[in-house]
Amino acid sequence: MIFSFDLLVNAIVSGILIGGFYAAVTAGISLSFGILDIVNIAHPAFIILGSYVVYSINAQLGLDPILIAIIMTPAFYALGAVIYQVYYVSFEKRGQEALRGLAFFFGLLFITEVLLVLYFGVDYRYVEARYIGPTLHFGYLDIPLRILVPCIVSLLMIAVLELILTRTFVGRAIMAVAQDQFALRLLAIDPVRIKRIAFGISIATASLAGAFLIIIQPVEPSVGRQYIGRVFAICVLGGMGSLPGTVIAAMLVGVVESLTSTFYGPSWAPAVSFGFLLLTLAVRPAGLLGR
Amino acid sequence: MSSTTNSTLSGATTGAATDLLQIDNLGKRFGGFVALDNISISVRPGERLGLIGPNGSGKSTLVNCICGTLQNEQGSVRFAGRRLDGATAHQRTRLGLSRTFQLPRPFASLSLLDNMRIPLLYTVAARGGGHLHDVEARCVDLLREVGLEDKARRLPRDLTQVEMRKLELARAMAAEPKLLIADESMAGLTHSEVEEILALLQRLSAQGVTIILIEHIMRAVMSFSQRLVVLVSGKKIADGLPNDVMRDPGVERAYLGQ
Amino acid sequence: MRTDVFFIIWLAIGAALYAWAVTFGNDYLFFAGYVVLQYVVLATAWNILGGYCGYVNFGSAAFFALGAYSSVAIHKFHPLPIPFLVLFGGVVSGVVGFGMGYLTLRLRGAFFSIATLALAVVLETLVVNWDYVGGSRGAYIVRPETIEPFGAYIKYLFLIMLVLAICAITVARLIERSRLGYGFATVRDDELAAEASGVPTLRLKLIATTISGGLMGMAGAPFPYYIGYLQPSSAFGLDYAVNSIAMPLIGGTTSWVGPLIGAILLGSLQQIATVTISSAVNLLIVGCLLVAFVIVAPSGITGLVRKYLPYKPAALVGRRVKKDASGSAPGVAP
Repeated sequence: MIFSFDLLVNAIVSGILIGGFYAAVTAGISLSFGILDIVNIAHPAFIILGSYVVYSINAQLGLDPILIAIIMTPAFYALGAVIYQVYYVSFEKRGQEALRGLAFFFGLLFITEVLLVLYFGVDYRYVEARYIGPTLHFGYLDIPLRILVPCIVSLLMIAVLELILTRTFVGRAIMAVAQDQFALRLLAIDPVRIKRIAFGISIATASLAGAFLIIIQPVEPSVGRQYIGRVFAICVLGGMGSLPGTVIAAMLVGVVESLTSTFYGPSWAPAVSFGFLLLTLAVRPAGLLGR
Repeated sequence: MSSTTNSTLSGATTGAATDLLQIDNLGKRFGGFVALDNISISVRPGERLGLIGPNGSGKSTLVNCICGTLQNEQGSVRFAGRRLDGATAHQRTRLGLSRTFQLPRPFASLSLLDNMRIPLLYTVAARGGGHLHDVEARCVDLLREVGLEDKARRLPRDLTQVEMRKLELARAMAAEPKLLIADESMAGLTHSEVEEILALLQRLSAQGVTIILIEHIMRAVMSFSQRLVVLVSGKKIADGLPNDVMRDPGVERAYLGQ
Repeated sequence: MRTDVFFIIWLAIGAALYAWAVTFGNDYLFFAGYVVLQYVVLATAWNILGGYCGYVNFGSAAFFALGAYSSVAIHKFHPLPIPFLVLFGGVVSGVVGFGMGYLTLRLRGAFFSIATLALAVVLETLVVNWDYVGGSRGAYIVRPETIEPFGAYIKYLFLIMLVLAICAITVARLIERSRLGYGFATVRDDELAAEASGVPTLRLKLIATTISGGLMGMAGAPFPYYIGYLQPSSAFGLDYAVNSIAMPLIGGTTSWVGPLIGAILLGSLQQIATVTISSAVNLLIVGCLLVAFVIVAPSGITGLVRKYLPYKPAALVGRRVKKDASGSAPGVAP
């Protein structure tokens, strides 16, 4: 273990930036699991799907990856709405979401990953963009643009999401549906429709998160699996549905992972977020900024 | 301090050694919200206690704290002389405390007969320390008590509202409790259905079971209870004979003012 | 039918199966059969916690791998006969199952499931970094070519897994028909009501995770000998997790029959697919079947059979037809 100050600072800074990206990855789960109580463990697969969509269009047309993702958000929203409808009719209505709903998403995770393998193969794919090569230098601090840009856009995306949830009617209905469906019905609002919208938004974030991912690192179909534990760990740590909490938790996890990777080696990194999760669940299931 | 408006209504809060259930200064909060504020109630063996109060007054929270589904932060619950601090719900059931749920919670994948089997296998057998004889016959008997023996092999989803309530009571009784808490067993029932449930409870009381009846249907509460406790906003505001309590201006204000 | 009779009947069936496989002449049958039987154990084990209690374990691979890696650890120290390794693997995984349960079972079902995923990754990371068992480079297990009186070593492994599978379904059936089976059903249906009826839910859940984990570890213990070269990625492979969930859900979760049917059907299907098509398509099929069944036929194959068969064998219904004086009675209603 070689300890040096500039290694430490670089590790912390990149941890924070990666944390910003992790927050985007987790935002969808904060919505679907934190607020709607749907255990969508297939979410990382949809992110990878987003990465591949961005890759395909970027390779064909050369458009900016983030732009592609923004354009694709309606498609992902529609996908989310369809999936929720199936989930609702098959499981929520019948009260079987515990076992079978979980298995449903597990199956979706697999199907998505395998379809990607069959269509794209297992080679790593990457995108081209102006900000992927360069690195900013501040003294001994190195900040690659390919990590900085996704972080900034990710935080923007979360800010927009938070505004939607707190300022718009639909957003507040979403927050309300988590707490009192009956009250919503009395207001002549269909809770199922609201949840469908929320889940659609959740999957729409996967489109952007996918773009961020493939900007930061090359992607192949099984990369999503590393994120399953990470997103749920951050969601729980962040207080289950609190977006500001998600950002803080994500950055915390990012920093700890980065430090672990730098000083103990990258093979220990996967255990960090999962270890975090187990710890949080054991000690404080309500998270850091509990609901 | 529990705010009773009239000293004749304060009831026996000091607690005699022979009390079956003794609740002292019970407090429970959810975050900043105080659900129960310094509740003290005593219940004598064989008593029929009515517990009333507007929605949200803390009745269900109180039941949950007594039965161990929730843990109270302040105060204590004593049953048959021993403190229940930290005891899990199933331990309290084995000690003789039984309850029904406001919304019936039958075991959906088990037949009515098997629903009766559970308390017999896990509570009665556990107390006796051994095996039971003729479990099946006892299950049928329990169902017969509530008039459900014809549907013994059916599943709970085939039952009507009032039958579900009866099943819920039968299951609570299968555990052979000393104290039964009937939580809104009559909500949403017709006049004659209420009478059925009431008759059932009176039969149980005659057998020596102590009963706490939580209800909104006033005539049922009034006819059944020997004593009445009123909960409003987490505080006990009255505790005494039913007629006295209902004439108390504080109670009137609390109900009409809500 | 009493449990010991059940066990003996199945041992007889197993013996006949083994005899038939020997006369078949092709050793490949034993290799494929081993995998299918392994899945019988895994699926049955998963179902004890998942189907009976309603707690979904995503980390089946972890318990399986624990069994495999304890065998490796012992082998490097001093090789021991496989039956002993099976027992040891079962104990190790059982203890870990208990520990994991203790940490996570007070949580709601969804959190428990996520925690099992987390546990699997943590365990895998620990193993990858543990050089004694080979770490990420993997470990070689040298096994003999033949062993008396069976002949080819694979026949010996097949036989062990066969006995293990029969034990697994016997244990599952025993649970179903005991007080424990009723208790598990109440944990699945409504834990709050279960506690109110005197059921010690935490204790029962711990029993379930211990038995489930232990059986999975037993299934994993002979694996290094089967495969010869053990890598963390193969031992912790996610296909164990999918299959141990898919097989009971497709076969039916309410009784021991479901996982058996699911494992035999799906396992055989995959063995054929891996040889004829690719292993990726393999997993695609499993995933699609899982999703399809879960949406369309939530009670699995046993559920479908129950619906459409006029005569209902007691095994499928899960209820004993004849009453018994002791009062101990059958599993759950359809």
